[in-house]
Amino acid sequence: MNKPEYLVEVRDLKQHFPIKTGMFSTTPLKAVDGVSFTIKPGETLGLVGESGCGKTTVGRSLLRLYKPTGGQVFFEGEEVTDSNMTALRKKMQMVFQDPYSSLNPRMTVEDIIGEPLDVHKLYRGKKDRREKILNMMELVGLNAEHATRYAHEFSGGQRQRIGIARALAVNPKFIVCDEPVSALDVSIQAQVINMFEELKDKLGVAYLFIAHDLLVVHHIADRIAVMYLGKIVEVASADDLNNAPVHPYTLSLLSAIPIPDPHIAHSRQRIILEGDVPSPMNLPTGCSFRTRCSYATQRCAEECPSLTDRGDGHFVACFNK
Amino acid sequence: MQNEKAEFKKNILSSQIDLSKFELATEEEKKQQDVMSESTTFLRDGIKKLMKNPLAVGSLIVIILVLLLIVIAPMVVPYEYSEIIKVNGSRDRGAKNLAPFQYSEKELEFIAQGGEIFPHIMGTDAMSRDYFIRVVYGTRVSLLVGLFASAIVLVIGMFYGSVSGYAGGRADLIMMRIVDIIYSLPDMLIIILLSVVLDQVLSGNKSIIIAKLGTNMVSIFIVFGLLYWVGMARLVRGQILSIKENEYVLAAKAIGAKPGRILTKHILPNCLSVIIISTALQIPSAIFTESFLSFVGLGVQAPMPSLGSLANAAREGLQSYPFKLIFPATMICLIVLSFNLLGDGLRDAFDPKLRR
Repeated sequence: MNKPEYLVEVRDLKQHFPIKTGMFSTTPLKAVDGVSFTIKPGETLGLVGESGCGKTTVGRSLLRLYKPTGGQVFFEGEEVTDSNMTALRKKMQMVFQDPYSSLNPRMTVEDIIGEPLDVHKLYRGKKDRREKILNMMELVGLNAEHATRYAHEFSGGQRQRIGIARALAVNPKFIVCDEPVSALDVSIQAQVINMFEELKDKLGVAYLFIAHDLLVVHHIADRIAVMYLGKIVEVASADDLNNAPVHPYTLSLLSAIPIPDPHIAHSRQRIILEGDVPSPMNLPTGCSFRTRCSYATQRCAEECPSLTDRGDGHFVACFNK
Repeated sequence: MQNEKAEFKKNILSSQIDLSKFELATEEEKKQQDVMSESTTFLRDGIKKLMKNPLAVGSLIVIILVLLLIVIAPMVVPYEYSEIIKVNGSRDRGAKNLAPFQYSEKELEFIAQGGEIFPHIMGTDAMSRDYFIRVVYGTRVSLLVGLFASAIVLVIGMFYGSVSGYAGGRADLIMMRIVDIIYSLPDMLIIILLSVVLDQVLSGNKSIIIAKLGTNMVSIFIVFGLLYWVGMARLVRGQILSIKENEYVLAAKAIGAKPGRILTKHILPNCLSVIIISTALQIPSAIFTESFLSFVGLGVQAPMPSLGSLANAAREGLQSYPFKLIFPATMICLIVLSFNLLGDGLRDAFDPKLRR
């Protein structure tokens, strides 16, 4: 069998939401506008960008929680469609951002983790089901005696572990992590992130790790993609992006990271972007970053730069850098 | 120093934590991090809180007492609701309009001869029937109507509302416009029309239940089934619209759960508290409607009593025999008040936002 090189391949994914602007007229909100990336088996791709740039939407339309407006998603070389998605849900899972609202308050932990098993009928008999659930709980570091408790009895970090156990229950090959740590406080963040890394080593799952915290993403991701207004502007390996960022937006993002040392922080030059993020309902022509870019030229207003290889798998969408 | 700075600058993206300053947590310390709280279920928690509410507990006791009364009383009391009082085997026409615990002349004679007569706890009515047993049967009918009508409303309203709310979009729009139309129909007119029509349809059918209850009662049930579910449907739809936006519904979708499962496992259990409470409040409203309809003469058929028709009959001799109005009216008040207070208590107990 010819094994495809990529586990997940996204080609020109588009997700537009119709927004009512009048009684009968709608304007498309271009939340994701032509995003392409690939993820190899066992690889972690970090996806960063500021609030409202479409990171979460990428993850959700990738899993067909929304119906994508355009583009294709391939999983193990097979195109994902509505008809084969039900079967593919066993292989592609998701961990949600808010551990407080992503767990049903009326269900016990056992039922929450057991639900994917119920849906896909992955057990023989009640004993087998319970055993699988307890294994899963042990894997994410929860006590077996917590199985009969309700979600509201747990702290944020423990809840997120429950959410992760639920995603892992079907033994998936790929998990979309939608800002899984941003709702947790810093000490718990570290625990959960380390758990993600452990699970990756143990089970060999691939992640699409969505976050807005560059430190977190750099820690866990092999490669990082930077998004701005529904488009990917730069993709590079994590260290490459850290050491040699190219796109002006990435530069400004990196310069905004706080450094816990006043001397260095003082001597460092911050790139402060001017203006606001344009509305995704009314995008500027050409490059969508040009309104805030200090390198913008006439060409940026006329053409939209596409991702071009700058060597070593470092892709940048910019004419001038 | 210079070197250190350069080192730091290079690693902007590392979290820059000196690991040597940390030590591993012991098992004991790890245990302290666990949130230990007693495991409770939603239902148990709610009942526990309900039991702390004296008004709700009191009304629950009243409801249970009323239920016991209507079950046990007909077994103990030797009279029938439609039967004229008999003394020593013969009808006692003189036992009309007796006051509570009063005996008629014939009965006193019988007692003097050494016979035993069960006391008329609430006296007798104008047709020499024991009033207590009539009030008990009237309560039976009223409660039956209340519970049954609420059940109809619950089933239809919940089904319709959840389908409409979950489907959303155009289906929701059309279904809710139908609800609006039904809401605007005058219910009293429909009941009158229906009882006229049903009278003809059902008169040939001598089914026992319908014959006992009368066509008016059946039309009340039908009207509840046709008209009164809309309130429940709107309520359930509103709840579902807000609950389906929760992330755990999206999570269930990501797992691959089908809409039916999402609705029954994730959405409905979360609006259950609102549904329970609204049903508890629906019962007194149905009892009230039945009493009112019987009062204006559209309720149960004679000789079957209902609390409303008893009150209506008592109107005629109000000045001479006020107790005949007081007994059924007190019963209606007791039932309606207890269900209302219980419903209020349930709402407080099952609303997580009111947690103290």
